Amino acid sequence: MTTTRLRVTFAGPHVSYQDGGRLGLMRFGVPESGPMDRTAHAAANLAIGNPAEATAIEVSPAGLTVECLEGGVTFAVAGGGFVMDHAGTRASVWEARTLRAGETLQIRRGHWGSWTYLALAGEVQAPVWLGHTATHTTSGFGGGLLATGAEITVEDSRIEPARERSFPCPVFARPTGHARIVLGPQHHHLQPEAITALLYGAHQLSDSYDRMGVRLRGPTLPMRDALSIPSEPIVAGSIQVAGDGVATLLLRDHQTTGGYPKIATVVAADLDRTVQLRPRSRIAFDAVSPESAVRIARLHARQREAWLATLSKRR
Amino acid sequence: MTLRFAPVAEHALLVELGETIDDATSDRVVALDRALAASPPPGLREVVPGMVNLLVDFDPIVTDHREIEAAVRACLARPAPEGRTGGLREVEICYDPDLGPDLSAVAEAKGISVDDVIAAHLGGDYTVRMYGFTPGYAYMSGTPAAIQLPRKPAAIRGVPAGSVIIAGPQCIVTTLLMPAGWWVIGRSPTRILTGDEDRPFLFDVGDHVRMRRISREEYERKSAENA
Repeated sequence: MTTTRLRVTFAGPHVSYQDGGRLGLMRFGVPESGPMDRTAHAAANLAIGNPAEATAIEVSPAGLTVECLEGGVTFAVAGGGFVMDHAGTRASVWEARTLRAGETLQIRRGHWGSWTYLALAGEVQAPVWLGHTATHTTSGFGGGLLATGAEITVEDSRIEPARERSFPCPVFARPTGHARIVLGPQHHHLQPEAITALLYGAHQLSDSYDRMGVRLRGPTLPMRDALSIPSEPIVAGSIQVAGDGVATLLLRDHQTTGGYPKIATVVAADLDRTVQLRPRSRIAFDAVSPESAVRIARLHARQREAWLATLSKRR
Repeated sequence: MTLRFAPVAEHALLVELGETIDDATSDRVVALDRALAASPPPGLREVVPGMVNLLVDFDPIVTDHREIEAAVRACLARPAPEGRTGGLREVEICYDPDLGPDLSAVAEAKGISVDDVIAAHLGGDYTVRMYGFTPGYAYMSGTPAAIQLPRKPAAIRGVPAGSVIIAGPQCIVTTLLMPAGWWVIGRSPTRILTGDEDRPFLFDVGDHVRMRRISREEYERKSAENA
């Protein structure tokens, strides 16, 4: 049994522990949380032989630097076009390597992407809340944020040279600037021109972007009568329109209910890559029927599972 | 009676059972929630009760909107399952003025004394209608008309966890330090996020709640015990 200890020599804001997320507790006000980009998180874990939903570290564009104090561990970084500097060599992410005592690993923003994942072979130790280490950032419950000076402990850490390799980001996980949506459930509370504006207007992600959601910048989406609708359950991917006609795309740490109308919902298959867009990126919304959305989900699940299955194999 | 189904992306269906917040609609929501729990259709992931609607979240690999709608309709057609009344829980409250900073404002707005506000609040018949917003925020109905006020025009920052807050017919015991636009009338040492693995949340939707007044001394002692 080996223990590996790392010291965080730098962590920007929004760097947190995340396992696969806590399902089934929305009825108690608890959203799933978990990784913003689930595919990248699962890929990083599987590439080094961890379960897909193991605890990993979600890194924001602000970056993370760690130093290995003791032990040694095979790791993978996946998600976006981040860059890593490892023991004096530079590499793109979507790669597995081994970090040894005395070595430093720096992860920082690259050409694209908002979130990347550092998975470490073994059991990353982090506080558990309601059975999961996923961090709910609004409350701070769960694994929590990583700050400069913190220590990361990996129990039963493994060094597996046979897993060291690159596994490029598949096409289906790259952001396209298009997100497929199903209209509703409250689009009838907005003026008809709001739907036209959503589908055909020019929208951008704003700087107001965190794990709860991202405010959009674009044409105003005018309301009809909607400010008095009873609060109702929300999902990740809901596009909620506030009283001023400004839309927010709700993400993993979303509030579980809200009284503003939801004009549309991004299909889950497109949410992982949509969160990799950066502030000021353009985004277009393509409406699909609920039936098409189900077909999209099934096709996406087959593609995703087939690709993830290739990662579990050793070289 | 209202019955509307609205698809939410590819993985959920919003079932609307009424237009306005009232106890009859909420009772139907709770009954459907229990019926779905008693006979979950294949692919059901999660049911989230709201005030006038339920979100039924499902695995789109296994099922789809149409099959889930059929399952919901079948549940509505059957008699409601047992256990309709819900459990009885108790919340302890200290109404000292520093812990309930809006008590005098509520009294003034309603033209009654602070003691009348406290008595009215203690006399309410509370039912947990849904959880929302953030972990453990249980929206209870039952705040008596004598002390009902609309929410404040703007939220106040830094309302401490454990605050007892009211707006309209609703009442919440907060669980986190958060902004709130509701009226803060007391503080409770009762933990809604219990920290107990087997029962992490004090209430189930549909539970009845009784408020019990406690002294400052008791409040301080229990807060320290529960910290």
